[in-house]
Amino acid sequence: MKTIRASLIGFGAVGQGVAKVLLAKKDYLQSIGIDLRVVAIADSRTAVIDSEGVDLAAVLASKKKKGVVGSEKISGTEIIRTVDHELVIETTPTNIDDGGVGLTNMLAAFEKGMDVVTSNKGPLALKYGELIETANRSGSKLKFEATVGGAMPVINLACDTLAGNKILSMEGIFNGTCNYILSRMVEEHASYEQMLAEAQELGIAEADPIYDVEGIDTASKLVIVANVIFGMNASYRDVTVTGITRITPEALLLANRDGYAIKLIGEVNDGKINVAPKLVPLDNPLAVGGTLNVFSVQTDISGPITITGRGAGSIETASAILSDIISLYKK
Amino acid sequence: MRVSMDLELQDIPGQLLLALKPISDFKGNLISVVHHHEKKTPRGTIPVQVQFEIKSDHLEDLVADLEERGVRVVSMDEKRFLEHGAVILIGHIVHTDIQDTIDQIDNTGYAEVVDLNLSMPKINMPSSASLKIDAVSKKELQAVIDLLKYIAKEKDLLVIEPVESQLRLME
Repeated sequence: MKTIRASLIGFGAVGQGVAKVLLAKKDYLQSIGIDLRVVAIADSRTAVIDSEGVDLAAVLASKKKKGVVGSEKISGTEIIRTVDHELVIETTPTNIDDGGVGLTNMLAAFEKGMDVVTSNKGPLALKYGELIETANRSGSKLKFEATVGGAMPVINLACDTLAGNKILSMEGIFNGTCNYILSRMVEEHASYEQMLAEAQELGIAEADPIYDVEGIDTASKLVIVANVIFGMNASYRDVTVTGITRITPEALLLANRDGYAIKLIGEVNDGKINVAPKLVPLDNPLAVGGTLNVFSVQTDISGPITITGRGAGSIETASAILSDIISLYKK
Repeated sequence: MRVSMDLELQDIPGQLLLALKPISDFKGNLISVVHHHEKKTPRGTIPVQVQFEIKSDHLEDLVADLEERGVRVVSMDEKRFLEHGAVILIGHIVHTDIQDTIDQIDNTGYAEVVDLNLSMPKINMPSSASLKIDAVSKKELQAVIDLLKYIAKEKDLLVIEPVESQLRLME
């Protein structure tokens, strides 16, 4: 049995999902030789530290009841710098302007030779090359399946499962909020504004939806996948982006009559990374509805491979984090 | 463009090669050749059907060359537009001179707008249109979509084109 001491930095929806999944899968992890001990948890205001292992159920209850994880006033970055452990599970919110605290945390972890598993897109979409280089220099590992496509195994599919295949191009839907709004506009023949309001009411879109509907979220995810699969060192600023705010119900109807759906598609082709609403034939595997995400690669040996699944949600994202942890420490 | 030709050859050796050579000389790309040796015409000639792709400005010279060699061109059928594309436009499509948008595409000489459906929900609200465009080949279809995107940028219209894999499928 290998004991892995981990910190969980960021305790929002994803962080709490990770705690729940780790509780649920504790026995399973031990059965494959991984004794994962969470020695510190930090949210944006407080922290809890216990070198013998934090009681995850108690922390979840405290977060739910009091809104904080504990009583210690120590930041996530300080935990990484001062508490002895091997793995940082980084689930702070994405900051796409400068990488934010997530970037600081990852670099701090690498400085101490720790491994990082993250769901935070910002640092990877901005400074992919620098992060990989820093991690390699200190012998740290960086895994980030959870940054793209939620539960869908996008990065592992392209890098591990399809090993030996050359990926020629890729495309997909990486934002459930946009897909929901466009799907509902067709169903209800309603305006973008109306269906955005509905999505906000259901908690599918955020109060400030710009990040999703302007295609920035899709661009960030796409650039991460492009960097990994095609060995690029692109930042999300290299992506040409058009969002969905101008789409009209009439356009959706006209497209539908011609046998097409309109979807916000991210594409990587010939080194060009592009996000824009596109016409997708209704019988094409990319034409998934609701909040679903879909990812398709064109390979040299296997032809096209397409996977679809839930692209967001705390448990779905936590499942991707769990799979990264297992792939790091399973013998 | 793609051309189908019905030719008649004299029934002596070497005639088929004589008929095909000019097609390759004019950089035509042969697609099929059907040689009806058993169906001799009352004139004693042998009918041959050929299909090939060729640049349109070479066609006239090719026919002249064939006739000069004694190969009779009985009939000819050109199919100019082989590729069909669909795009959606959103914005003030009519007020930004829709005639000009269509003319610019038609004037390329290698593509044409063949169908237009327009939806105008309210005055001052953006309209939506579906455009069907036919083009000489896949390359020209992509070129005309790029041209349309350029025009749309100037006129502040949004162009929604088919996904890339779909465009590649048309290849």
